[in-house]
Amino acid sequence: MAKITYITHDNTKYTVEVQNGLTVMEGAVQNNIPGIDADCGGGMACATCHVYVREDWFNKIPKEQDGEDDMLDMAFEPKKNSRLSCQIIVSDEIDGLEVNIPSKQA
Amino acid sequence: MNKTDALIIGAGPTGLFTAHQLKLIGLDCEIVDNLDKIGGQCIELYPDKPIYDIPAVPECTGEELTNNLISQLKPFDIKFHLSERVEEVKKEDTGWLVKTSSGNSFLTPNVIIAGGVGSFEPRKFAPKECEQFENKSLFYSVKDKNIFKGKTVSIFGGGDSALDWAVELSKDCKINLIHRRDEFRGAHATVDKMQELVKSGKINLFTKYQMANVHGDQRLESIDIKHDNNEIKSLKSDYVLGFFGLIMQLGPIANWGLNLNKKTIEVDTEKFETNQKGIYAVGDICNYPGKLKLILSGFHEGALAARACFKLARPNEKYRFEFTTTSSNLLKRLGKKE
Repeated sequence: MAKITYITHDNTKYTVEVQNGLTVMEGAVQNNIPGIDADCGGGMACATCHVYVREDWFNKIPKEQDGEDDMLDMAFEPKKNSRLSCQIIVSDEIDGLEVNIPSKQA
Repeated sequence: MNKTDALIIGAGPTGLFTAHQLKLIGLDCEIVDNLDKIGGQCIELYPDKPIYDIPAVPECTGEELTNNLISQLKPFDIKFHLSERVEEVKKEDTGWLVKTSSGNSFLTPNVIIAGGVGSFEPRKFAPKECEQFENKSLFYSVKDKNIFKGKTVSIFGGGDSALDWAVELSKDCKINLIHRRDEFRGAHATVDKMQELVKSGKINLFTKYQMANVHGDQRLESIDIKHDNNEIKSLKSDYVLGFFGLIMQLGPIANWGLNLNKKTIEVDTEKFETNQKGIYAVGDICNYPGKLKLILSGFHEGALAARACFKLARPNEKYRFEFTTTSSNLLKRLGKKE
């Protein structure tokens, strides 16, 4: 279990407990957190589960796999600290993670 | 005006197999899809990715699945309307009047929405100001490359579309190529070609920059691009091209009076009919208790919706359930029997 905080564009914070092994995207979808569309269902094929991860956390969580950065080219307003939340696996190590949800996914 | 027993919206796997089922039970159908090719998400999002959960097919790619579904439709004559988006669905006394973006219209008792997560639309620039120049000085696809001759064109993106057009248009335009990072995901040969053109001064390359703003009155005059380190650069530009791939949007479906739940349409599980009689939803776009977004579920939903269509298309006939192994009617339709 890890506590994950999702911060929407209007600065509303949602903190939920997400089971280890799920992705940060699934944690958002299962808890009805607005702003994560995840149109392709976690296939790294759509860039609509895009989040920003603060630098201290960005360097701590496991690196992106091949193809994620290509997909992020398509995201809405990608930044240096952009990630696809379907590619961040929840574990005890990321307990307390905060991610920021962009104003739009598309 | 086209008249048909059923109109299918969406040429993905579910739409294709639904067409098969309609034709098999003796109904006509036509298919409209916003993409320029058949296959939907299977072709657009994951043509090369293997799929392992199609019954009796241990492993196949999105492209193979699509090709197999197309060849399964070979015995039938089905009209496809590609690169057309259904804009309007309106109730008439004699059925549903459906209009598309290319001005085609259909009159049909049955509309089957097999639209996946919606229609594929180009992803757009983030700054709001870009909208006022859209389809005038700013485009997400190239229809007529001659309008760019002798002009300054700023191209955004890092994939094949952006690179191909940068290389092609550099022959007789001044090109700025702008991309958010140093790596390009386009084909190696095209990336090399582009780098050569950068060296010879034919293309001005700006990496780690993104669109910040656009300026101009009637016509576009210049754009501002912003570096990762927040530095802003102004570039004189007559035209802007953005290539950020496609995104799925529900689009006009939202205006047809259907019960929606997030991006899905509520249906019953007997006919896969929506709250509007004669409009069905099948595949990823439909929603009911226990819904699974699997291709196999779409096949089942399409088979049942097709039977429901029979009632409205042939009100004076009775539908008879038959097997392809034994029914001479079905075998005739499949072209296996005289």
